[in-house]
Amino acid sequence: MSTEILARLQFAFTIGFHYIYPPLSIGLGVILVIMEGMYLKTKNPLFEKMTKFWVKIFALTFALGVATGIVMEFEFGTNWATYSRFVGDVFGSALAAEGIFAFFLESGFLAILVFGWEKVSPRVHFFSTIMVALGAMMSAVWIVVANSWQQTPAGYHIVGEGLNARAEITDFWGMVFNPSSMERLSHTLSGAWLAGAFLVISVSAYYLLKKRHIDFAKNSIKIALIVATFASLFQLFTGHQSAVGISKTQPAKLAAFEAHFDSSAAAPLYLFGWVNEKNQEVKFGVAIPGLLSYLIYGDSHKPVTGLNAFNNNDIPPVNIVFQSYHLMVAIGFTLIAISLFSIFLWWRKKLFDHKWFLYVLVFSVLGPQLANQLGWISAEVGRQPWIVYNLLRTSEALSKAVESSQIVFSLILFGLIYLLLFILFIYLLNEKIQHGPDHPETIPSEYEHKKTVLDRNIGE
Amino acid sequence: MEFTFDLNTIWFILIGVLLAGYAILDGFDLGVGSLHLFVNEDEDRRILINSIGPVWDGNEVWLVTGGGALFAAFPHVYATVFSGFYTAFMLLLFVLIFRAVAIEFRSKQPMAWWRKSWDIAFSVSSILIALLMGVALGNIIQGIPLGADKEFQGTFLGLLNPYAILVGITTVALFMMHGSIYLAMKTEGHLQERVTKWINNTIIFFVITYVTTTMFTLIYVPHMTEHFKSTPLLFIVAVLNMLAIANIPREIHLKKYFLAFLSSCASIVALLTLFALGLFPDIVISNPNPEYSLTIYNAASSQKTLGIMLTIAIIGIPFVLAYTISIYWVFRGKVKLTPMSY
Repeated sequence: MSTEILARLQFAFTIGFHYIYPPLSIGLGVILVIMEGMYLKTKNPLFEKMTKFWVKIFALTFALGVATGIVMEFEFGTNWATYSRFVGDVFGSALAAEGIFAFFLESGFLAILVFGWEKVSPRVHFFSTIMVALGAMMSAVWIVVANSWQQTPAGYHIVGEGLNARAEITDFWGMVFNPSSMERLSHTLSGAWLAGAFLVISVSAYYLLKKRHIDFAKNSIKIALIVATFASLFQLFTGHQSAVGISKTQPAKLAAFEAHFDSSAAAPLYLFGWVNEKNQEVKFGVAIPGLLSYLIYGDSHKPVTGLNAFNNNDIPPVNIVFQSYHLMVAIGFTLIAISLFSIFLWWRKKLFDHKWFLYVLVFSVLGPQLANQLGWISAEVGRQPWIVYNLLRTSEALSKAVESSQIVFSLILFGLIYLLLFILFIYLLNEKIQHGPDHPETIPSEYEHKKTVLDRNIGE
Repeated sequence: MEFTFDLNTIWFILIGVLLAGYAILDGFDLGVGSLHLFVNEDEDRRILINSIGPVWDGNEVWLVTGGGALFAAFPHVYATVFSGFYTAFMLLLFVLIFRAVAIEFRSKQPMAWWRKSWDIAFSVSSILIALLMGVALGNIIQGIPLGADKEFQGTFLGLLNPYAILVGITTVALFMMHGSIYLAMKTEGHLQERVTKWINNTIIFFVITYVTTTMFTLIYVPHMTEHFKSTPLLFIVAVLNMLAIANIPREIHLKKYFLAFLSSCASIVALLTLFALGLFPDIVISNPNPEYSLTIYNAASSQKTLGIMLTIAIIGIPFVLAYTISIYWVFRGKVKLTPMSY
């Protein structure tokens, strides 16, 4: 395999694995603020128990996010040195802001959140919770701003020529508020809220099925459900905004989303299908005629720019973008349906009565995770063959000093360590869930065992 | 030496500060890890791990931020070094993650074989992280082969040269000394007596490796000493460094562990200052072909970006310092094992 394919494979694998965790931290952060806020307001110990339990889960997702995040930060330099030289000046300020305002905030206050229950007052603890949640969201802000700049560069000029060319910043706020950053940020954040909310819903539904921690589970599910309902509907809105934005800023990507080839025709919206890129047709497809044109322009007859308007070497691979995009949308609508149906059942006071629906909720946790991954696949593959849209090609962005054998070696390393890390995550998550919210964790060590035996002997 | 306070110089210093912050903070927790196998009782080992329990994760954020700042301020240095040291950095990432896994897993099962295996994993990975970072630093001190296109032209095995390995071992020794002093501060009773005895040994280990490295540097890496020849006043840093190290046994004897720890921090700062003074205004020296070296000027981002970043840093750094200090304040005192412990 070529160095380019290997480097892309490695980046896709490591970022995909990394992106399991930060959305959970961001989503859980919001839910923690709500739970602890309610505890401070009502003084009901149930809310304290809820906060303490979900803090433990939060800490786990955060630790994995940091461990896999360090890799991402190294990888820009190790695998994409030419890209780093090209974008360093533009990303510089965003990354500096991320480090100082987000990472330190989050990791610093996390220690108080997790270990500080007995050491600070409830108010200071609540403040720390808010800071951690804020820090988690801030890190999303800056990284999405940087990524959006790659999609829709703004506020820069190109200095130098050929190999020495690089983008330099001319307008900081123009870079921050580039044409796609705000709609992509809101779409990413609501995806993260969904990930956190459905984790809480899933674990709580599991408890209800097992008839354990009933009060705890019912109250957790209600809080998470409100977040989930809001976020899933907001997701529809931001998704629509994004697509309309993409039609202007990255028409080739939008055309790939819907496998629309002919620029002179109005565009249908496919429900599903399989794209044959050679014949430029969608097989087994079911489509609503003119709907894409209508969604973008409010006119179902207006033509939409198709893939034929671009050079062959300027368009992304169509089928993978089409499939990932449509799956993401399908999952998004399913999550809306689940949320609204839950609210309906809650209103009829039957939310906890149907066993089959509790099973649906247990598995719903996979929905946002899959949709988040698929959404990023369609966004990133849809930008190809560019790494920075219309400025730098992915094939020209690699590290010149790195050979394919080195990437194979590191891919194997990451495969091994991430397998171990994933086992660790599932093991610890399961352990915390099985243990439940009731008692603090105590794992007797052999030492403690000896000590209790000894104490008992002395006592006798 | 010429010295103008332009933005490039300020960012050279700021990245040095981040690096020093990282070395001081992650330095003690890597040091604790390196010494981990010297205690045998399970409870003592848990105390060691939990002495760094609430903070090791946050300490690694300094590495993330340092890397980010390097990318931002000197993108060419970031690109050249990270792609040039590819295999070494991949190994570093591997052990960094492996160590985190070991910390999390270790106390989850009561079986002796389980805990011993993860103890070894924790300790060996801590040593390897310090060693690999030292090796990278050693190569930067010597200079690495660069081309006119700013790209690294050496090999992975070329990075594993005797001088770099010597700097690697010195780093391990430094962190062991730093970690043992931290432990004296965080432990009590019989365990404190034991770790206090380690301090002297680690100081001796460090001084031996440090003196050897210095001799090697004076003989084989003459470009590191140029500024010291032209401006003898700078020699004061080296003297301060020796005084800081010499102060450690005195404070330990007086049982003023926190002051001993501060001395050790001062020594780390002095060492990095010597390193930075030796390099300035180069960041990565090209050896051979010094004309291809990456300097604070030809490797930097634009003046505008450096200026914006400085604004961000000036707003942010007081907050970072305030909450870093307040967190260490909240978690001051001796380690107690609680149900939330590792």
